Amino acid sequence: MDKFDNVMESEEKTYAYTPGLKVKEYMTLSKKRVLPISGRVLVKEGQTVSPETVVAEMKMLGEPHIVKAALLLRIEPNEINEHMLKAVGDKVDEGEVIAQYIAFFGLIKRFVKSPVTGTIENIGASGWVTVRKPPVIVDLKAYIPGIVKEIIPERGAVIETSASYIQGIFGVGGETYGPLRVLVNSFDEVLTAEMITPESKGKIIVGGSFVTLKAVRKATEVGVAGIVVGGFGGDDLTGLLGYEMGVAITGEEEIGTTLIITEGFGEIAMSHRSFSLLKKLEGQVACISGATQIRAGVIRPEVIIPQEQVKEKAIEDEISSGMRPGTPIRIIRQPYFGYLGSVVSLPMELQTMESESNVRVVEVELDDGRRVTVPRANVEIIEI
Amino acid sequence: MMVLRKPKKDMKYILATDVGSTTTKARFFMKNEEGEWRFLVAGEAPTTVETPYEDVTLGVRNAVREIEELTSYKILSEEASGIVVPFDGERGVDLYCTTSSAGGGLQMMVAGNVKSITAESANRAALGAGAIVMDVIAIDDGREDYEKIRRIRTLRPDMILLAGGTDGGTIFHVLMIAELVKAAKPMPRLGMGYNLPVIFAGNKDARPQVKELLGEDFSLSVVDNLRPVLEKETIEPTRRNIHELFMEHVMSHAPGYTKLTKWTDIDIMPTPAGEGMAMQLIANAYKSNILGVGLGGATTNIYSIFDGRLVRSVSANLGMSYSICNVLKEATVGKILRWVPFGMEEKELINMLRNKMIRPTTIPQTLKELIIEHAVAREAIRLGFEHHKTIATRLRGVKVERALADIFEQSLAETYIEMIKIGIIVGTGGLLSHAPRRAQSLMILMDAFQPVGVTRMFQDSVFMMPHLGVLSTVYPEAAWQIFDKDCLLRLGTVIAPLGEAKDGEKVMEVRLETQSGESEARQMNFGEISSISLGEGKEADIIISPAKEFDVGAGRGKALETKVKGGVVGVVLDARGRPMNLPEEKRKETLLRWISSLSLYPDAQMRDLAEA
Repeated sequence: MDKFDNVMESEEKTYAYTPGLKVKEYMTLSKKRVLPISGRVLVKEGQTVSPETVVAEMKMLGEPHIVKAALLLRIEPNEINEHMLKAVGDKVDEGEVIAQYIAFFGLIKRFVKSPVTGTIENIGASGWVTVRKPPVIVDLKAYIPGIVKEIIPERGAVIETSASYIQGIFGVGGETYGPLRVLVNSFDEVLTAEMITPESKGKIIVGGSFVTLKAVRKATEVGVAGIVVGGFGGDDLTGLLGYEMGVAITGEEEIGTTLIITEGFGEIAMSHRSFSLLKKLEGQVACISGATQIRAGVIRPEVIIPQEQVKEKAIEDEISSGMRPGTPIRIIRQPYFGYLGSVVSLPMELQTMESESNVRVVEVELDDGRRVTVPRANVEIIEI
Repeated sequence: MMVLRKPKKDMKYILATDVGSTTTKARFFMKNEEGEWRFLVAGEAPTTVETPYEDVTLGVRNAVREIEELTSYKILSEEASGIVVPFDGERGVDLYCTTSSAGGGLQMMVAGNVKSITAESANRAALGAGAIVMDVIAIDDGREDYEKIRRIRTLRPDMILLAGGTDGGTIFHVLMIAELVKAAKPMPRLGMGYNLPVIFAGNKDARPQVKELLGEDFSLSVVDNLRPVLEKETIEPTRRNIHELFMEHVMSHAPGYTKLTKWTDIDIMPTPAGEGMAMQLIANAYKSNILGVGLGGATTNIYSIFDGRLVRSVSANLGMSYSICNVLKEATVGKILRWVPFGMEEKELINMLRNKMIRPTTIPQTLKELIIEHAVAREAIRLGFEHHKTIATRLRGVKVERALADIFEQSLAETYIEMIKIGIIVGTGGLLSHAPRRAQSLMILMDAFQPVGVTRMFQDSVFMMPHLGVLSTVYPEAAWQIFDKDCLLRLGTVIAPLGEAKDGEKVMEVRLETQSGESEARQMNFGEISSISLGEGKEADIIISPAKEFDVGAGRGKALETKVKGGVVGVVLDARGRPMNLPEEKRKETLLRWISSLSLYPDAQMRDLAEA
């Protein structure tokens, strides 16, 4: 562009890539455990917590019930206050009369009873009365063992622990924990129903490239706490959930176990690094969550294996700063989906792909020695 | 707030961005020596609204940095504090503006008295302001009160629009709706440090009671009734208020937006609102009825401007990345595979789309994956258009003057959009703008919308309609210059007669004569598609003589003599019939024939795929 006279220094690294999934053998992990609304924090700074420790509790507003009182009494809405036996803020029991209409010296009597036990919240100009049920107490557990590093007033706490950490790409089911049990011999072996025996009850079981729907069902029957595996069938997901998932927002499914896939849909070998780490830590307790949210604040499923003490220098969680020649990457789309390699070069010019799309590319040397060119958008950095 | 830092006449460089749900797209514009504004270069980077970044300005900086790399021109400040505005003689731009749909865009819940009257008007006002409407609650929506309350409680919208009643009428029903909202006490989506905004645009006589009911627990604002009388719809005050609240409450709570707001010269606008303004620019310039689509990663927006009336619909669950599996869910596997000209197992398709859903920023490297995404795009637009037709209905238009008796027939209302009266179809969005061959996006638009008669087809060249839409609010002259010269790509004109016949039967004869005297005559038989080359900016006289069962705009079997404009694809003769039905027998062969007729994909790879 000769139109410009201020020539910029060339950059040695490039920005803007899909954040890689973390696989870390040792790290200091901070987990923010917060209530969705204000509540009471039950732990203190410096306190040691277990996954079951209740960190905070909140009162969920009770369910409101609307009583069409004026209609039931057959009066005008603006007359409702004259017929109310209870005022806003009064506590009422289920079946208790809250409003009445008496006429003709008691010959006509009409009553309105509260449908629930609760509090009168509103007597509306529309002639409706709102009775709200008592609040429900909801607990928030620590989910991982560790030390309370920070208190977030009225919301929760930050729990810190030393741990090994593996991020998955997609999961279903909520938070759980149990000892790790590896059921396959290799990262590219399929986890089948026959491999799941009653010994796996309460465990987090690890498979290789794929888990069959039958195996997930067997795991649920046996009482397996969770499954960590490379891939799962896209159509099997519908079979498992009983409905077709349209957007990846998960974590609330009640499927009897938690399923985490580390690579993607289809049969894809689990990354060697993740598998080796899980194998190495077999027998140790892992805390896992299947919660995934791709949109509006990414949440990825995770496997946290707390370590009593950090054996090497713990690495703080950090944001990946970019890709340079030599950066290890994983290809995340066909035709090299799942391949690992390292960056050779980052050509500035757009290049034409087989699809004829002109895109910015990265030249990659695959672990098997081949050199391939793929769109930059189709790789993720392996964070070491 | 609009604060231009340099008089328009002195401006030389403009930067506009769109912070999309998947990608942040930066566009760089410059005034040339002739004083004409032109598009110069584009830079794109993944949006960084999510963890670990949680700051949209990082994505903006990355996209702008790409522009810097491509032009060797500096725009970003050295201290990483933002964009240099205005141009200081060495670096920077004179104006920076942006649209945004990241983090889910603007999500609203709408409530009104009667489903087909005030609730519909409120729905249209929210959609017109660029919102995704999560649900429409009405007294008569068929749900029990407890179901409505439960629904409102679980929604967690960015704001609520409450309407109902005509001015001077009963306030009873609108208070009922307000009481439902009060009882539900929904939480705002982006945090808990503020009260959820509620806009009241109902019966003005109910304002004191609504204030009393909702004033304490919600951030209540009151605007003019959007249905002051039954026969009139007044949407503009509501739309303006939604935009103000979007900036004040929603944007200020989204990650990094407070910083971005300081960088921009004018208010951040929801992407669909920017797109809608761009569609309006086209309709104004060509004085034609138009249909448009913004096919995004998370949503599909459809716009129609019919007899001057702009209607927007958003299918919040249909998109090409985050929501791609919703297209699969709503359209079904079979409907997607019907557009695929090679054999493919259902399982493979499902896995491919689910992998796209969980890694939404990836792009198709192989031809096979490109064709699959194009098939999904057809279905997303088709479904989006079906939805649009339920909103663009005769009795729900802006300022519709009608007899009182008509109002009670609203449930019987059908869309007023007549395809034969649509003169222009426009497509925008990443997939359409990035289609490697322009004929691909024309074919996607044609298969999804199924234009009838003579229809011009336009496309956003490098996806900058939202950018130019927001720019048009402060500098319409510059916006239109860029729009006309660099954004609006004329794909060509489609001629598609209405009617059906058997394969091979004659549909029409076409005789085209260019201004330079070249002529071409074609007979098109049922099931065929072909094109005549007529370049961008060229015009030709055409006589279309349809067979007796077909209508091309002049009536069944009647010839139409008109002028057609060219484009990068040319004049496309579509004799596949309307409504178009894909043949069940020899479907793949038929698709391959159509692909070959318009050279949609590279021949050799296409053959390999089909034979595999």
